[in-house]
Amino acid sequence: MQIKVYGTGCAKCRKAETIVRRALAETGNTAEVVRVSDLKEIVMAGVLRTPAVAVDDAMKVIGRAPTLDEVKGWIG
Amino acid sequence: MPAAAEHQQSTTPAPRRARAWPTVRTVILLLLGLAGWLYLYLHLARFADWYTYDVLGYQRAVEKAQSIKIIEGCACLNAAIPDAQAMAAQRGGQAAAFLLYQLPHTFMLLFLVVFLMGIVRSWFSAERTRRLLAGRHPLTARILAAGLGVVTPFCSCSAAPLFIGFVAAGVPLGATFTFLVAAPLVDKIALVLLFDTFKGTPLQWPIVLLYLGTGLAIALCTGWLVDRLRLQRYVEAWVLAMSDGAEAEVRERLSFNDRVRLGFVAVQEIFGRVWLFVLIGVAVGAVLHAVVPQAWLLGAFGAERWWSVPLAVLVGVPMYANPAGLIPVVQALFAKGVPVGTLLALMMAVVGLSLPECIILRKVLQTRLILIFVGSVATGILIVGYVFNLVLSR
Repeated sequence: MQIKVYGTGCAKCRKAETIVRRALAETGNTAEVVRVSDLKEIVMAGVLRTPAVAVDDAMKVIGRAPTLDEVKGWIG
Repeated sequence: MPAAAEHQQSTTPAPRRARAWPTVRTVILLLLGLAGWLYLYLHLARFADWYTYDVLGYQRAVEKAQSIKIIEGCACLNAAIPDAQAMAAQRGGQAAAFLLYQLPHTFMLLFLVVFLMGIVRSWFSAERTRRLLAGRHPLTARILAAGLGVVTPFCSCSAAPLFIGFVAAGVPLGATFTFLVAAPLVDKIALVLLFDTFKGTPLQWPIVLLYLGTGLAIALCTGWLVDRLRLQRYVEAWVLAMSDGAEAEVRERLSFNDRVRLGFVAVQEIFGRVWLFVLIGVAVGAVLHAVVPQAWLLGAFGAERWWSVPLAVLVGVPMYANPAGLIPVVQALFAKGVPVGTLLALMMAVVGLSLPECIILRKVLQTRLILIFVGSVATGILIVGYVFNLVLSR
């Protein structure tokens, strides 16, 4: 499994990544986390508002950091 | 938060009545919550007054009627008190009453506005706005963009991806700028708090409507200017060369309970970030109220000083503050006699133009276009300031 966190480096984007990593650690999941911060790549993925999180290229949330439970739901 | 739990239940298939029940329950809970909010809100002044003078034991300054007036931030009646010590104690009482009233009052209003906006915004998204604007006639697109800018959720940290995404999808450049100006400039929190600040003065409605109207006008003019002067050439080449990327949208089918939950998420987000701004704002407001001499302030920001408006803009642009923190300062300045146009110019400059946003936009725009963008908005704010000062003299 691969989880992409799209973000330009703002506070909320860092929060999104922290939450994703925590959810992985708490569930013992070994999915790879990729941080996408290149503007071109972000826009090519169709993301207009950062942060956004995609699991295996399926966009899960756009424009806000997910909650811990949400992430656990996606990876469980 | 009962809404989150409801959401889990509603995903399992259930008979119609069982599915409607969570919504009904949430509506009932919301109405009860609103009633409670209203009760507290309406009795806050009396409670603060009672706590200050009867529990903390401060001496009343004059009569009760007047001490309530002080709470509303528009009276300066300490001139008639001769005894210095008594005066100091009474000032302490006034300050305590002011704080005990002002802080909860601001936080309560903020809570309601942010919660309701969170729900309203769940119907709008930047992706949907982009679809509505793409391929339209520039003028139609600009008008739509101004309106959508007010309701679409926007954070200045996403300004760059949003800009590229809009342009790549064929949204006219002018409309993209209109959106980027309107979204932060017409601030909903500021609108409601302004309405509240000027409660009971004849300025209440004019100030709110003029703020809304002129904010939209500045956004429209900036967009018009960009289209008119064909400023595409100052957009970085790689942005224009980008073809439309994928269209990602999380197609969630939100139930009413989900939207309520999003309202609470918005409240959490704002309160985690904003409480400090509010505290600082109230503290600065209190200091202005009690310490800074009126003559000194009016020397810089008074009505007859022509430079007061540009000065307000210059002070406001580099400042980054949430409107919720700014309002107590505006309130204190207003009580000291600073004219309304100058105050609005200050507010608009703080919320509408931000340095971080410009730095982010530098990735996609050449410096010249950023300067035109900032210059156009700043000029608009200056005009608003001068016009308000002329029209709304007290």
